Amino acid sequence: MWGIVGQRACRHGSSAMSLQVTRPVIHALRSFSTAAKEMTVRDALNSAIDEEMSADPKVFLMGEEVGEYQGAYKITKGLLEKYGPDRVLDTPITEAGFTGIGVGAAYHGLKPIVEFMTFNFSMQAIDHIINSAAKSNYMSAGQISVPIVFRGPNGAAAGVGAQHSQCYAPWFASCPGLKVLAPYSSEDARGLMKAAIRDPDPVVFLENELLYGESFPVSAEVLDSSFCLPIGKAKIEREGKDVTITAFSKMVGYALKAAEILSKEGISAEVINLRSIRPLDRATINNSVRKTNRLVTVEEGFPQHGIGAEICASVVEDSFEYLDAAIERIAGADVPMPYAANLERLAVPQVEDIVRAAKRTCYRSSSLAATA
Amino acid sequence: MALSHLSSTRSNRLLRPLAAAASSLCRPISTSTEPLVIETSIPFTPHKCEPPSRSVETNPQELLTFFRDMATMRRMEIAADSLYKAKLIRGFCHLYDGQEAVCVGMEASINKKDCIITAYRDHCTFLGRGGTLLEIFSELMGRQGGCSKGKGGSMHFYKKESGFYGGHGIVGAQVPLGCGLAFAQKYNKDENVTFALYGDGAANQGQLFEALNISALWDLPIILVCENNHYGMGTAEWRAAKSPSYYKRGDYVPGLKVDGMDVLAVKQACKFAKEHVLKNGPIILEMDTYRYHGHSMSDPGSTYRTRDEISGVRQERDPIERVRKLVLGHDLATEKELKDIEKEIRKEVDEAIAKAKVSPMPEPSELFTNVYVKGFGTEVFHS
Repeated sequence: MWGIVGQRACRHGSSAMSLQVTRPVIHALRSFSTAAKEMTVRDALNSAIDEEMSADPKVFLMGEEVGEYQGAYKITKGLLEKYGPDRVLDTPITEAGFTGIGVGAAYHGLKPIVEFMTFNFSMQAIDHIINSAAKSNYMSAGQISVPIVFRGPNGAAAGVGAQHSQCYAPWFASCPGLKVLAPYSSEDARGLMKAAIRDPDPVVFLENELLYGESFPVSAEVLDSSFCLPIGKAKIEREGKDVTITAFSKMVGYALKAAEILSKEGISAEVINLRSIRPLDRATINNSVRKTNRLVTVEEGFPQHGIGAEICASVVEDSFEYLDAAIERIAGADVPMPYAANLERLAVPQVEDIVRAAKRTCYRSSSLAATA
Repeated sequence: MALSHLSSTRSNRLLRPLAAAASSLCRPISTSTEPLVIETSIPFTPHKCEPPSRSVETNPQELLTFFRDMATMRRMEIAADSLYKAKLIRGFCHLYDGQEAVCVGMEASINKKDCIITAYRDHCTFLGRGGTLLEIFSELMGRQGGCSKGKGGSMHFYKKESGFYGGHGIVGAQVPLGCGLAFAQKYNKDENVTFALYGDGAANQGQLFEALNISALWDLPIILVCENNHYGMGTAEWRAAKSPSYYKRGDYVPGLKVDGMDVLAVKQACKFAKEHVLKNGPIILEMDTYRYHGHSMSDPGSTYRTRDEISGVRQERDPIERVRKLVLGHDLATEKELKDIEKEIRKEVDEAIAKAKVSPMPEPSELFTNVYVKGFGTEVFHS
């Protein structure tokens, strides 16, 4: 069941406070689902970047293989041909250098989209993301704003090993001055990418390689070039009343599958797609937990100091009396990602793990430590 | 004889007095813009380019402005030293005294649409871009009247409307950022350039070469300026760099070595560099300069270099003294007039400090402002 809350954001940024019009939740009708157009996440990202580049001549794209190669994952396909080499720039394999150049261009007023082939390589440039981009508006008391987007695939792919599989959401989301987004569906990809490009602050946009090829239905509203989603607002993908499950990126799909399995066993799970890691939509999460009284957080990355840890803290601080059970954190195993297929499967959360955790919060099974 | 005092102050055969001066005893300071041609102290040393001429065109007004600007910077830095020792300035304080000719000479050859970006030794560069003494001292003392409203501190001065992009604490980071500024200037088709300043210590940073490679590939109007004061904190250049010829480090990128204590040489080199990069892409300028203070106020500056070396440079190469000699030698002002200028500057600096000292600190609510643009505000955790 798809509930779509599309909000027409104003021209500048997508802060929830500056919304002009709020659309009510529309529940999918049978005629809707058969008439809906489908779009892959890849096409959603491509079209969003294309439309924003068309609308604002200050927006430009840089990264490895974004131009002539059409994008390492084909996200930027066709853009070089359309906008030319002045606006779509292939860089050498020098993240520290080209990220610094992107940030400097943003200081001067351009709107760069800097691609990291994966966020693992962002570590080579992390000083520019944190010290040159995130903190500048504050240190200059508002003189130097940095309207830049850092985007690329984040987290585990398939069989790529330890150095190519880390989730960087917790690292970036802990830094004030950054905004951190993580789309799941094509609607998320379009709306959040547009919001990120229009936003005057540095945005870290965490995509997922395994989601690029997945198709999702998109409404006419989502396809409209002015479509934009607010930053800082989570989406309730599935309403429920027994347990809240929070997730972002690929894990949203797993959480929805888990919710389906749970519903057959009489447990109604509410699935929250975080969409925005910083700012985190604490209000939506807490309201949901106050309704269901139980919480399972799901993420793919390392457990210590992860996104789930922050959500746990927020709920304990804000809604302690409403909890009927201890919060369950589902995360990747606390090990560098192994290569062997069976070990890799053990190192990332599976749907069964989410189902088991939800049942534990509902006292349906004995409590087991959540190890890989 | 009316010209007798002139010959007594003439110390360098290269300095030629203005013809037929009137009675010099009651003549006011020359504010003439009559061109004057003066030779630089030493020729420029080129790398893969034709060096500019040693003969620099200037005029009396400009020379006196150089004197005033550099003397103001010198006085300001010395005053900052005292304020730091009095604990009114906290944290880091990196002083620029000795290096004044670099930013003053640079300003003389560019405009405010050209951009400058530097590291943390930025007080004088900021002043040169149009900053005021009051906003400098206020920022150093963490007051709301500071150029960054007290939230930046010594290393984070900015003046975007005059093309000054900071003020950066991470060694070397400012160089790729500067190349990004140049990228934007080219993208916007401005006919302007960016000067990215860095020290001999930062010259070894990898990101510098990454950014230089991209800048050369994309023909960006960027001038890399190595302010070589010969010490990266406590490490002498010969201990840090296999090749301390920083002007040659660009390899395929042309370079020029300049006497950074000679404000006219700096002006000439920057003028040459600006014309060069607008046509041919990046160039490296190495300014041979010197800092009298240690790396920062926590460093006495004398454990890794001798006091004789420091006083030697002060005697032989001081940039302000050099201009003083030029001004006196060309009879553009008297010694007393120059001393009066210095007294005036001292008074200005003292007044700015006095005013800054009594100015208010930022409001507590300012803790949470400017994290983001557009008043999105910061998430206030439960207090």
